[in-house]
Formats: sequence, structure tokens, C-alpha cells
Amino acid sequence: MSATLLEPETTQQDVSDESSGSVCGVLAEFAGPKQLLRAAEMVRDAGYRKTDAFSPFPIHGMDDALGIKPTILPVIVLVVGLTGCAGGLLMQWWMNAVDYPFLISGKPLFSLPANIPVTFEIIVLTSAFATFLGMLGLNGLPKPASPLLEQERFRGVTDNKFFLYVDAADPKFEEQDVVDLFHRAGATWVDDVPNSKSSAKIPGAIKMGLVALLALALVPPAMIYRARHTTSEKPRIDFFSDMDSQARPSAQQSTDLFADGRAMRPQIAGTIAVGDFYEDDAFFLGYIPGDEDENGETVAAAESATDAAPGAPAAAAVNEPNYVSEFPVEVTESLMYRGQMQFNIYCAPCHGLAGQGDGLVSLRAMELQQPTWVPPTNLTSPPVIAQPVGKIYDTITNGRRKMSGYAAQIPPEDRWAIVLYVRALQKSQRATLDEIPEDKAAVLKNQK
Amino acid sequence: MATALAAPVDTTIEDPTQRAPLVTGEHDYQSVTDAIYSISDRKTPRAWYIAFAVSSSATLIFFALIGYLIYRGVGVWGNNNPVFWGWPIVNFVFWVGIGHAGTLISAILFLFRQNWRTSVNRFAEAMTIFAVVCAGIFPGIHVGRVWFAYWLAPYPATRLDMWPNFRSPLLWDVFAVSTYATVSLLFWYMGMIPDLATFRDRSKSRIKQFIYGVFALGWTGSARHWSRYEKAYMLLAALATPLVLSVHTVVSFDFAVAQLPGWHATIFPPYFVAGAVFSGFAMVITLMVPARKWFGLKDFVTLRHLENMCKVILATGSMVGFAYAIEFFIAWYGGNPYEGFAFINRAFGPYAWAYWTMVSCNVIAPQFFWSKKVRTTPWMMFIICIFVNIGMWFERFVITVTSLSRDFLPSSWAYFKPTAIDMAMFACSFGLFFTLFLLFCRYLPIVAMAEVKSVMPVPEEKQTGDAQA
Repeated sequence: MSATLLEPETTQQDVSDESSGSVCGVLAEFAGPKQLLRAAEMVRDAGYRKTDAFSPFPIHGMDDALGIKPTILPVIVLVVGLTGCAGGLLMQWWMNAVDYPFLISGKPLFSLPANIPVTFEIIVLTSAFATFLGMLGLNGLPKPASPLLEQERFRGVTDNKFFLYVDAADPKFEEQDVVDLFHRAGATWVDDVPNSKSSAKIPGAIKMGLVALLALALVPPAMIYRARHTTSEKPRIDFFSDMDSQARPSAQQSTDLFADGRAMRPQIAGTIAVGDFYEDDAFFLGYIPGDEDENGETVAAAESATDAAPGAPAAAAVNEPNYVSEFPVEVTESLMYRGQMQFNIYCAPCHGLAGQGDGLVSLRAMELQQPTWVPPTNLTSPPVIAQPVGKIYDTITNGRRKMSGYAAQIPPEDRWAIVLYVRALQKSQRATLDEIPEDKAAVLKNQK
Repeated sequence: MATALAAPVDTTIEDPTQRAPLVTGEHDYQSVTDAIYSISDRKTPRAWYIAFAVSSSATLIFFALIGYLIYRGVGVWGNNNPVFWGWPIVNFVFWVGIGHAGTLISAILFLFRQNWRTSVNRFAEAMTIFAVVCAGIFPGIHVGRVWFAYWLAPYPATRLDMWPNFRSPLLWDVFAVSTYATVSLLFWYMGMIPDLATFRDRSKSRIKQFIYGVFALGWTGSARHWSRYEKAYMLLAALATPLVLSVHTVVSFDFAVAQLPGWHATIFPPYFVAGAVFSGFAMVITLMVPARKWFGLKDFVTLRHLENMCKVILATGSMVGFAYAIEFFIAWYGGNPYEGFAFINRAFGPYAWAYWTMVSCNVIAPQFFWSKKVRTTPWMMFIICIFVNIGMWFERFVITVTSLSRDFLPSSWAYFKPTAIDMAMFACSFGLFFTLFLLFCRYLPIVAMAEVKSVMPVPEEKQTGDAQA
């Protein structure tokens, strides 16, 4: 070593070549912990600094004997623990009070008592990792190889042997001096430690294996990323179908569950489904089912299916149910406006804005000469004027000829509103001047 | 001193003038290593193979049952309206409770300078970790859709766009149990590093040298390393001490923060912790009594060690007994008729059989430990500890099931019946526990050799003579 130091021109390669054959320190064995402690004090007093003692268990007083400074580990743990505390609180505040506010029973979004348990656990977890990893880091562990562990005798250190060591890197190191000192200190065995023959580096094969493993570990996340950010025409793969597909029969399917084999269940006799309870016949049906026929409803349905011409009211009168002729709702101005709005939405496309059967759909159909097209009824014609309001209501509800029923789209109140507006349209086409209120009549006169 | 050691020592004698030795027999450092290493090094005994075959089969059944549960859904359990927290939660609390003794022995007794812990701490810590493994499985599979259990973690969910509720005791529980498992594992592993190095240096097989060498992290027993290691161990003990008290406190919050009569009690946190220590020590003795016989550990785990643990069981068992009494007192003193009913129903209702099983096992059984004869006779303490284990399982059953089965709505009251799957899963969770334990006993240092060496009485002349030989 000293020869190398005297020749500054020596290349790096030469240095490593030369030092690989030389010693990296001197090791001595002592009989027990007390002897080791005494020897350590002597070595310290001799001025050696790059020293170490090795024992199967910690020996109290060794820190002083070797001059080991107190570790800064507690400071690291404190800093990490405080960071964990602040981070934990901040995380809970941000997640529950800012990014996704959880309002539960009007309790505050963030309050210390409710957030202490998780904060505490985070403090302990981060501090424990700081302690463990800090200890390893400060100790320079894990250390895959050491020249000392290559000594067969040294391996007893984890069993029952006690060693003292002075490193060749110590500025005061002179091999013979150290050996003499160890003998004076009562060593039972002294020898120099040659530099490690084996490399402390991780073998190439293991390195390659680790890199390959790392690369393979990236495959699943990459596949998940791809699956989430691309589209596919193939049906999705459900590892767990959750509630995407459930064991339930579709409409019209058969099943073994019921005796009649039907998956769709008919209404139980004598029951009414929720929302199907129509108490007021005049309001919901537009007629009073009663004595003139056993089944008023069937009559109404049959009637709607017959192709009686709109201009032939006499023929229909045979099986007419008992239509109401008075509005079962209160007639108000707002109802009239409601009726106008609904009429313009649902009826005007065919019947025309004035109800005269000249809606845009009808005009277009006739222009195209559609053979199946039945022109819509002129609502202001005398046969319709003669109909009781209940019949018009029934027409909207169940439909007539090509016109289908609007019960599903228009609620009963709105149907009555439309009937009211149809009545208004009829009036507007045939009213005499006496029927118009005074002030409006004056306006009309002026327009002429 | 040397002559005193030669004769068999009765370590249970209370002599104020002299400390009882923590290790008996004529042991020096090497013979300690030999004794512990030989457990792992000798030819695998046939009994081990038989035990391992049984326990690993049970483990396989356990995992098969979990698979069946995931396939069929939680309906395979007896959980049903109104008892939605049935056996899975009972088993969870039972196993977590057992997992308390290890860290208590390693951390709290370490801070209190109770050196007798050195012989049993490794063993108890291993037991803790394996119990927590069993405990963690039950709430994990109880969430219904197991494959979404990761939603419990506060990870940035791009699809969910939401965060867990940090004010829920159930989430506290997730944090508490997972932190406890992690810190216990760190503590256990860190404590084992010097002993793994011993195994590395003692083993003859290259494979063993490599594997133990990897886990020993290149430990050389350097004084500079020891210095930081001891500081780190002390810090971990200081961190684990509040942690071990917090785990069962948080578990008790799962119940106590709810409004249900029979759960909503402020006494729950201390009462749960006492119960956990109680059941944990009982399990340590249950395992330690046969283990010290089979593995020849009588010199390290002396009768005095067992006696100390029996005293802990007596103390915590009495605390648990007082807690039962106080629960009834508060139910009466609080004047809440629903709570009053819950407790009268507990003791005299349809689950009276479970309640009185619990009381006899937990309160009456440990009272036998007042007798020194019982405290120092292994087979007697083994039987009592079996009873304590049974009683502590029933305690969790009584708390969980009796309270739920009589909830606020009398029309939904029902009697809880477990299914065969419930019972098989609980029984087979012991298989997992013992499988891990058998592997531990076979392949790892079951006594903390380095720690024992630092507290054992070694005569000066003996160690000198040995080293010169």
C-alpha cells in the first residue's frame, strides 16, 4: 500500500491490482465480552478510528470503548413521523373535505377527533419504516459480501466468538503495530484479512433476472391501461360479472318457476297495480260504464276499432257508452292555455293548428299520395261538434281508426285540457257575433 | 455461581436476595446456538410431517372454501337478517385478539426491561403475525365483492372518482389492522436478522447458506451495527407499544361507535384490549407448553416464564370479568330500557348458553391461577388456556350475535344459525395458523438467540476456557 502511495503516476488499474493482493485489515479474536471491551479501549486509546468490534450480541459499553458516536436514527424517525402526521391529516382533509366532500349527518367535513385514528396509524407506519430502513441504511445493509465473512473463523461471530478489527484504511494503520497491540490486549488469535477475492457486485445473471422480472411486472399494468383507453368491438370480458348480467327472465320467456310456465306474471285477480287505481270514471274514462251494456269498456274499445266514417254519427249511436257531456274538471283560463300547448304538441301536426285536418304531416302524405293514408278528421266539422266531450276524450285516450291512443303520452288532466281547447277551436270557427264578449267584438269589427 | 448452575434450579422460588436465572442448565453461548439451531438442522421428525400434512390439508380446504364463497356469494354463511355480522367477524376479532400477545411481549415488556421476554418473544411474535394473517382474511372475504376490497385503500381511483370515508370506524379498522400486521412483521424480522446470520453461518448446505444469507442482509455483528440496531429496536418497541393498544381499541370502535344496544358502550376499548392480551397470552401458553417439550426448550422457557405468563392471564382475565360486571351495571345505571333489555337478554335469553360458557371460561377458569401449583404445572395451565381460548371466542360471539339478533325492530328478530361452511371455515383457519407455525418452527430461529445470550448467566471461567480450547 505504502509503495503505491509513493508513486502518484501509477494508474488506477495498477492500484486495484496491487491492493487486491494486500490486506484490508487486521482481525483479532478475544475470549469474551469483557476482554473485548478492554481491548477496544486500548485500540481507541492508541488513536485508531477505523475500527470495529464484532460480537454475537450487543455488548454494553462498547459504544464508549470504540468511540462510536450516537446515531442520528431517532432524528430521522422523528422527522419522518412528523411528516407522516402532517401528510395523514392533509390527506384526510383533502380527500374527505375538499376533493370529495362526505357530508354525513351534518357532521363537520373535517374534525380532529374523527381523523385521529387514521393519522395515528399513518404516523406509526411511516415511523416504523423509517426506523427499519433507516437502521439498514445507516448500517450500509444489505451488504451482499464482506471480506470478513470469507474467513472461516470469523463465521463464529454469530455464535460465540468475539473479534476486534482495525481497517487498513485507518491513517495510522501499520500492520505490525496493530498485530502487536492486539497481542498486548490479550488476543487469543490474530490474523490479517486479505482483500475479498469474490466481487461484492451482484452477479450478472441475477441482475438480468431482476431486470426481466421488472419488465414482466410492467406487463399487467400496461395491459390494464390499454384495456381502459381503447375501444373494442368484441364483447367485454367479465372476470366478475357483478350486476352486469343477472339471472332474470326476459319478457315473453318461459320459466320452470311457475306452474303456468310464464315468466311474465299476470295481475292477480282482484288486485290493482300501483298507479292503476282510477276511481273517478268520468275523469279517467270519459264515460260512465253502466247499465246500457254489460261491458262499457269493451264497447268503447270495439267502437274505436270500427271504421265508422267520421260523418256518420247515427250508426255509431247504437252501442255508444254513456259519454259524459260536462267537463269533469274545472274549466279555467290556465287549463285552456295548457290545452293549447298540448294540442299544438300532439295534435296539430296532423289535425292542423286550427284543427281543420290540414296538419303538415297530412299535407305531406297526400302530396306523396300515400295509398294507406286516411286524412285526419276536421275537428271543427258538425259531427265532431255534436260529440259529447267524453267522446272526444275517449278518442284521445284510445284513438280512432288510424290514430292511435295517446293515453301513454298524455296524462288525463292534459287530455281534458285538449278537449277544452278543441271545443274552443270549434267555437272559433262558427261563433256568431253575439257570442263574442263586447270588448273583443269591438276589436273584431275594427279589423274588418 | 457455577456450582449453583450445575444443580437443577427451581426458577419459580421467590428469593428477594437473588434474581432467578432466565436460562437454566449449564449453557454457554455456543450451547445456546446449538440448542436452537439443532431444532432446524436435525432430520425432520415424522411427527412434524404428520402435523404438517394435517394442517396444510386444512389450509387447502380453507382456501377452497374461500373460493366457493367467492363463487356462490356470502349466502353460504349463516349471516342473515338481522345478524349480518356473523361468524366471519367473530373469527376476525378472535384472531386479532390472539395476535396481541406477541407485540405486547416484544414491545411493552421490552420497554419495562422485563428480560424474561427474550426467551418467548420470537415465538409469540410469530404467533402474532400468523394470527393476524388469519384475522385479516375474514373481514377481507366478508366484504361481499372481494375483488373490490382494494376500494378500501385511498388510492386515486380514476373510475370511481371518490375517496374512502376516513371518519368510519370500519376504515380505521383497515388502517389499524394493516399497520399492526406490517409493523409486527418489521419488528419480528428485524429482531430475527442476527439470528438469521447465525443460521447462515452455521448451516452446511449451500442453498440454506444462500437463503439465510439473503435474509440476514450481510449481518456481521459489528459493534457499530449493533449500536444502531439496538436504538432501532428500542424505537420500534416504543412505536409498537401504543400500536398494540390501539389495534383492539379500533376494533372495539367497530362496535362501540354503532348505535346498537349491547355495542354502544364506552367501556369497549379498554375491555377489548384486556381481552385481547388475555386471549393472546392464553394462546402463547397453549403453543408454548407442547413446543418447549418437543423442541427441548425447557432451559430457555423455564417454569418461571410460564408462571409469569399465567400471572398476566390471571390479571387480564380478572379485568375482563370486571368489565362484564360493569357492562351490566351501566346497563342498569344508564336507565336506557333498550340497553337493559339487551343485557338481560344476553344472560337469560336464547343465547344464555353462549353467555354462561363465556363467563365460566373467561372469568372462572383463570381464577385457578391463584394457586402456585397450577401456575407451575404445564398440563394444568394448558387445559386452563384451552378454556380461555374457547371462552374468548364465545365472548366475541356473544357481543356480535346476541346484540344483532335482537335489534330495534322486534319483527326482524331471529335466532342466528351458522352453516356448515361457517364452521368449516373457522376450523380450517386453524389449519392456516398451524401450517405457518410449523414452517416457522422448522426453518426459523424460534428463540431469539442473540437476546438470550445477552441476558444469560455465563460463568467467567467457562467462557474463557471454551474460547481457548
